[in-house]
Amino acid sequence: MDSLRKIIIVDSPFDPLQLQSEYQTESMRGQTNYGATANFVGTMRDFNEGDDVQSMTLEHYPAMTEKQLNLIVDEATEKWPLQNTLIVHRVGEIFPAESIVLVAVWSAHRGAAFDACRFIMEDLKHKAPFWKKEALTTGADRWVEENTKGY
Amino acid sequence: MSIKVLYFASLREEIGRGADVIDFPPEETSSSLSVEQLWINSTGQQSFPDNLLVAVNQEYTNPQALLADGDEVAFFPPVTGG
Repeated sequence: MDSLRKIIIVDSPFDPLQLQSEYQTESMRGQTNYGATANFVGTMRDFNEGDDVQSMTLEHYPAMTEKQLNLIVDEATEKWPLQNTLIVHRVGEIFPAESIVLVAVWSAHRGAAFDACRFIMEDLKHKAPFWKKEALTTGADRWVEENTKGY
Repeated sequence: MSIKVLYFASLREEIGRGADVIDFPPEETSSSLSVEQLWINSTGQQSFPDNLLVAVNQEYTNPQALLADGDEVAFFPPVTGG
């Protein structure tokens, strides 16, 4: 069976777990061959590099975003036997506690699900053309220059 | 040959515009035009910065890649999504 996928770019707040649940229901109705679901949700913090952050603006390169995320899912489905993949990424103005990104994968076993979810998230961080600009509580604006290692 | 050039994020702000369309007369590009030459031509800068990323037709490439008429070339800083 071919692997399913969906990539969604949203410009307003979204509920990642509700979207994941709705997507699973609509795309995998009648399927009984997946035993493992892994997901990652990235949420906006109210601090970064020692400063209080009030809001953030996420810019992207629409045509390339979709293409690049599809390439990342292609690579993941070559490495692991995935039944389904969902990526949701927010753009535009965003506030603390709002979700930035959801990656969810469905597979027969937990190893593939965990590993593929991590792989997609890390590749997205390094390759998908999104850029964050932070508005600090001091009134200053600054571009985030690079992603951290994740710890 | 005509190339569409896009700039994103901090680079767009530094350059002061988000896009250019650059037309090269046929005699200038009879041999070949690289990404790096396009960068120098479109921005007036001397060289290709180390941390600058480039995509041609929405796929990552390198400064030595050669361009064709109608290509869309995007220059941008390291990505920070997720």
